[in-house]
Amino acid sequence: MAFYVLLEWVISLLLIAGGVFAFVGSLGMLQFKDFFMRLHGPTKGTTLGIGCILMASMVYFSVVQPGIHVQELLITLFLFITAPVTGHMLAKTGLHMHLRYTRDTRGSPPELRDEDVGQGRVERPPRPRRPASEGQKRRWRLRR
Amino acid sequence: MTSLGRLLPTPTLSLVLLIIWLLLVRSLAPGQLLLGVLLAMGIPLLTRRLWEPLPRVRHPWTLCRFVARVLWDILKANLEVSYLILKPGRAPRPGFVEYPLLVREPLTITLLANTITLTPGTVSTNIRLDRSTLLIHVLDLDDEQALVEAIRTRYERPLKEIFEC
Repeated sequence: MAFYVLLEWVISLLLIAGGVFAFVGSLGMLQFKDFFMRLHGPTKGTTLGIGCILMASMVYFSVVQPGIHVQELLITLFLFITAPVTGHMLAKTGLHMHLRYTRDTRGSPPELRDEDVGQGRVERPPRPRRPASEGQKRRWRLRR
Repeated sequence: MTSLGRLLPTPTLSLVLLIIWLLLVRSLAPGQLLLGVLLAMGIPLLTRRLWEPLPRVRHPWTLCRFVARVLWDILKANLEVSYLILKPGRAPRPGFVEYPLLVREPLTITLLANTITLTPGTVSTNIRLDRSTLLIHVLDLDDEQALVEAIRTRYERPLKEIFEC
């Protein structure tokens, strides 16, 4: 009996931890200032969040139903393969489209400069104009 | 031996496919086992043209240690990024870092890029066409040189050892 209570504790803790991590990862989208920083939330915060929830699911169904449930491991595996690839493609697209980034970003690799090496100046797509309040301007301090 | 080699060009990949199939159907019935073996042999043969030749795993034990380390680092990365998100006072200092690659095989570079994206505050953003440099975006950049050194010793060296000798 005590064993089951302990398992219940473990499952609940895993579920709550998973929810919290997924939520904080999503909160990063709100908190961070530019596209590249926002990428960090979903690529990391959510992997652990989903991982915790899947572990809880594995434990729960292994206890409740006969047999061991491990096919959740597959979800984890596919997630670990796909999440970084998605992140990489998004980041690459962001670089390609010259998305804006915060001024305190350090380092200036050639990908961020206007000209491609060995080519003429490349036309950048026009930036959508949006009236920003003075406070917003001060807070964002965006380059370009 | 040669005919076996032709039928099973990538034994490891076939084994992984078989395990994935058995996990998907959740059964060890002989029928499913047979179907799984057929799929595990057929899929690599059908898709062989799509792959670059896969390097062999030279040190399985090092691979296990590497996977364990990456899982641990994912845990740490999550805590660090969550801390950065939740702490309001201090703004993170983002930055781009160019990382000179030692590894050359496409598969190894892919694995390294994926590992970098999954672990502490870094997202790989671009691989230069000549496969010599990886561009990394760092969420909270403290010391560029230390970061490059950390990635070199923690991830790239083991990967190089596992796949390339």
